Amino acid sequence: MNTIIYTSVLGFICMVAEILNLRKVIIPVAVIGLAAILALTITDWGTTVAHYNDMVRTDNFSVAFGSLAIIITGLVIALSSDYYKNEQNHISDYMAIIIFTLVGGLVLLSYSNMAMLFLGIEILSLSLYVMAGSRKYDTSSNEAGLKYFLMGSFASGFLLFGIALIYGVTGSFHLEAINTYLASATTVSPLFYLGVLMLLVAILFKVSAAPFHFWSPDVYEGSPALITALMATLVKVVMFGAFYRLFSTAFGNLGDYTNWLIALVAALTMVVGNLTALQQVNVKRLLAFSGIAHAGYLLLGILSISTDATSALFYYSAAYALATIAAFAVAIPVFQASGSELVSAFNGLGKRKPFMAAMLTMALLSLAGIPPFAGFLAKYYIFSEAMSNGFFALLLIAIVSSIIGVYYYFKLILAMYTEPTDEAVVVKFPWVYIVVASFCVLLSLILGLYPNPVIQLF
Amino acid sequence: MENALVSVPHNWYLLLSSLLFCIGVMGVLFRRNVIVILMCIELMLNSVNLLLVSFSAYAQNADGQVFVFFVMVVAAAEVAVGLALIVSIYRNVASTDIDSMKKLKW
Repeated sequence: MNTIIYTSVLGFICMVAEILNLRKVIIPVAVIGLAAILALTITDWGTTVAHYNDMVRTDNFSVAFGSLAIIITGLVIALSSDYYKNEQNHISDYMAIIIFTLVGGLVLLSYSNMAMLFLGIEILSLSLYVMAGSRKYDTSSNEAGLKYFLMGSFASGFLLFGIALIYGVTGSFHLEAINTYLASATTVSPLFYLGVLMLLVAILFKVSAAPFHFWSPDVYEGSPALITALMATLVKVVMFGAFYRLFSTAFGNLGDYTNWLIALVAALTMVVGNLTALQQVNVKRLLAFSGIAHAGYLLLGILSISTDATSALFYYSAAYALATIAAFAVAIPVFQASGSELVSAFNGLGKRKPFMAAMLTMALLSLAGIPPFAGFLAKYYIFSEAMSNGFFALLLIAIVSSIIGVYYYFKLILAMYTEPTDEAVVVKFPWVYIVVASFCVLLSLILGLYPNPVIQLF
Repeated sequence: MENALVSVPHNWYLLLSSLLFCIGVMGVLFRRNVIVILMCIELMLNSVNLLLVSFSAYAQNADGQVFVFFVMVVAAAEVAVGLALIVSIYRNVASTDIDSMKKLKW
């Protein structure tokens, strides 16, 4: 709870700094503030406390996923110091909105009442609608913002209707009260199942699982690249945390009813994500479809709730988020220098900037699931969770689709090392980008070599 | 006042709000003007409010009515953001038709 309050205060500080004419210090203050909040969050480890009439509950789950969300946001804000160097007038707005996105995420990771689930999703989404459309004079940014807004509020409507039906049947918004009702009721009204279905549609929509994924490539392509990085990492991690929390607390007794549906969606997501990514020439769209495919693998973790897949889900989220941020840290300066977001913009990067090309290569290898990077063990852990729950057919689809996935990551790697270079384009990597990319790749390597501290957290 | 609400069979409220919700969904799917789509989304949210209030009255439980306030506040914030986006688009392309926005490949 303290984490949420302090993060909100940090957002307000960013807004006030504008009035006090302290624009230069906003980003350092935000990064240092987030580091302090991270330290405070970690001290909550091992305690379970309910706040405000049990609306919000901090436990090990919220501390672990919350720390990951804070680290992701901190890295994105660090990148923004250079990204927004020509837009100093709006820097406080951008920083405040990014931090409020984190607040929404933290609410989503620690809710224990449907009201907080709804508010968390809305805080997260409303901030991102604004950020997606933040390039006011760029029509594709406008279009991305509007598409995201219309699709997102449409999904919120379904979420609310689902919550209302569940409330009507169980008489409560409290997750544990719903669970108690399910365990004790002899017959449950079909309205309840309709409600769960609508809730599921809305959440699958937010995590961009097929067939509700169609918004995400467009929105990722049109948004400013830094915000795409935030959406691809923070939103996915946080929404999966919320998804897991909902199904492990409220719908624990519902396994058979929802599992086949989630399994179907997971299979479709993995196949559609990987196969569509094969044809992409735009790097942002490629990473969007890669994100869709990874959402499919993460759904395996949701399916394995009965054997407590928390640590596998956490490990996978961390591996995915670190690799994606590293990839964007290399890609953003390339986009800016070449003015193009196509795979061909990376031609010959291996010769011109060998270090950063190596960073991107390692990030992509981690995403593809190649040892010794964290992405490999992440897939291993989440697949073995699915195996112990008996989803063999699904597992087969997952393995085949992840082998297909290797191809499109290598398309980018091959462009960097085998294609002739375009001498006219000079890519300059600011030191922050080099530090962030190296940090993420190093962490991903350490996680891959010594997974035990993370995998034994829960 | 409460008696008046409860004197109508509960299923009717359920039917009415489902109907309103479906009208909203159809509007979002089939109308081409962004402002009309925004109004249809509002209709969806408000049909949920009606449903929550009726459930709350029948169950003699105030939680649902409190939730309605959350929904109203969020809906207002959503409209503010949505209209701001529409205004910034109108300045660039001088249209609020959803079909004028197809720069990004579907």
